[in-house]
Amino acid sequence: MRELHTKLISLFPIGELTEQRPNLAFVTVPQEHLRSVLLHLRDCEGFTHLILLTAVDWLEEGQFQLTYLLSNRTAGRDIGLRVMLARDGATMQSIHDVWPTAATYQRELREMFGIDFPGSPRLHEEFILEGWNDIPPYRRDFDTLKYAEENYSQRPGRETRDPAAHMKQQLT
Amino acid sequence: MTQNAPFFTPDRSQYPSKKADGTLDIDLASGKYLKLWQGPNHPGITGNMSVELTVCGDEVVEGKTHVGYLHRGFEKLMERRTFIQCFPIVCRICVPEPDFNEYCYAAAVEELAGIQSPERADWIRALILEMGRINSYLMYLGGQSGALGLGVIGQWTTYARDLMLDRFEELTGARIYHMFIMPGGVRDGLPEGFDKRMEETLREIESTMKDVYEVMFCNAVFKKRTVGVGYIDPALVDSYGITGPNARAAGVAKDVRKDQPYLIYSQLDFEPVVGHDSDIYTRADVRRRDVLVSVDLVRQMLAKMPRTGALMATVPNVLHWKIPRGETYIRGECSRGEYGYYLVTDGSGYPRRVNVRGPSYTHAMTLLERMIVNINIADVASLMVSLHTYPPEIER
Repeated sequence: MRELHTKLISLFPIGELTEQRPNLAFVTVPQEHLRSVLLHLRDCEGFTHLILLTAVDWLEEGQFQLTYLLSNRTAGRDIGLRVMLARDGATMQSIHDVWPTAATYQRELREMFGIDFPGSPRLHEEFILEGWNDIPPYRRDFDTLKYAEENYSQRPGRETRDPAAHMKQQLT
Repeated sequence: MTQNAPFFTPDRSQYPSKKADGTLDIDLASGKYLKLWQGPNHPGITGNMSVELTVCGDEVVEGKTHVGYLHRGFEKLMERRTFIQCFPIVCRICVPEPDFNEYCYAAAVEELAGIQSPERADWIRALILEMGRINSYLMYLGGQSGALGLGVIGQWTTYARDLMLDRFEELTGARIYHMFIMPGGVRDGLPEGFDKRMEETLREIESTMKDVYEVMFCNAVFKKRTVGVGYIDPALVDSYGITGPNARAAGVAKDVRKDQPYLIYSQLDFEPVVGHDSDIYTRADVRRRDVLVSVDLVRQMLAKMPRTGALMATVPNVLHWKIPRGETYIRGECSRGEYGYYLVTDGSGYPRRVNVRGPSYTHAMTLLERMIVNINIADVASLMVSLHTYPPEIER
């Protein structure tokens, strides 16, 4: 993977290589160069398979990390491209014309993380959620417990106990 | 079913026309088109999903996959659970073949925590994965034949699958959700007399597969309805993220077990099953032959696996287990294709992010929506089942 990174770094202003395994590495790519790097990897380096596209919410750092994981089956190696986006008004260019499957991933990311991909097909159609009007649920600041307490009611007859106090009582 | 009918070939280029932006110009008020929902409650649907069809006559002009009927928020749930609490959750992501979740999650945690699972545990893990693969294929064969009215195949394969569930029960204590492949190793070794009973089960499965071949694959109706229908162009394999038997039936020998061998697969002797015609029949046949490969692999593993040695590596106190910041991706070849876990840790006692890459995610969405156009309504169920999709891995 080192030689691939050396080649890439001579062409694009990318970050340092994180070698997770001999056949898996991650590298950070500036947002504006992602498309060029993806096309280079696909067309010149044999990374023709988009394994997945997903996001990680680094709430404390105010950033989203988009991970584009690509695979080169012939060489038996994978590379993950990380793109860091500001959480506020996160927008990323769509790659549905490079890999048609990316449209589904982008639709899910818009719904679950609120990241916009202008131009991606059917981006604003509901994917999993129906009639959702809260903040996107996979963001770290979405409180699942609070949401459940506000929107659902407990069945009658259910008792809630403090686990520590209950165990203490059981042991005496 | 009409695609290879010799006497009538409809001119599909006539309708519907396209708008300037490339989308279809479907005017429902014209009375020419009809919206038809296949699913979520429909015998011809693969689980909890639905396809919104727009039909013209009995021909589909547009199809949209809808999921969300089974969303349980696993990925979010795991962000609020310790690493060991995630372990009994993951298997529930995919009902018919849960073990890949356990393996991928365990291997990802082990890699980021710097733990090496013992060799004996790796053999037992691979054995479980192959047993699960056989089960998943047996379930598929029942579904594929059922979609075309051959109900009896499902009864036979369910019987054979039940025998394998018995083996799972004696090995893991559970029939469906095994919760056996823990981060660090496996929970137990093989019970006394397991090999003998497994051999009897394998023979019964082989016998069932022989019957299935004769009654299903040599059946004139099955052939008529599946040969030449649902063609996947091999050129689409990479751009549409097609993996597993769907890719292998198109002549692309994609198999993670060979491409990037994991566990002990490099020590086993097998070749990926490949087809060439890329239609529904070939995909079913690739899976039928894959069952026999898995049966052989189980025999090889039982003959070669070490019977003594550790089953669990030393794992930190799971109540205070913190894993340094890092990210990794672990994959395996499940019965539907590439199954993978992308795990991100941040140094705390909880995963920062878990993303499950199920093969159905690409197969049932982008690919199905493309393939479903211009086929007959009667073939929709058969086409969908032939992609072998499990909705829970789409919405996790």
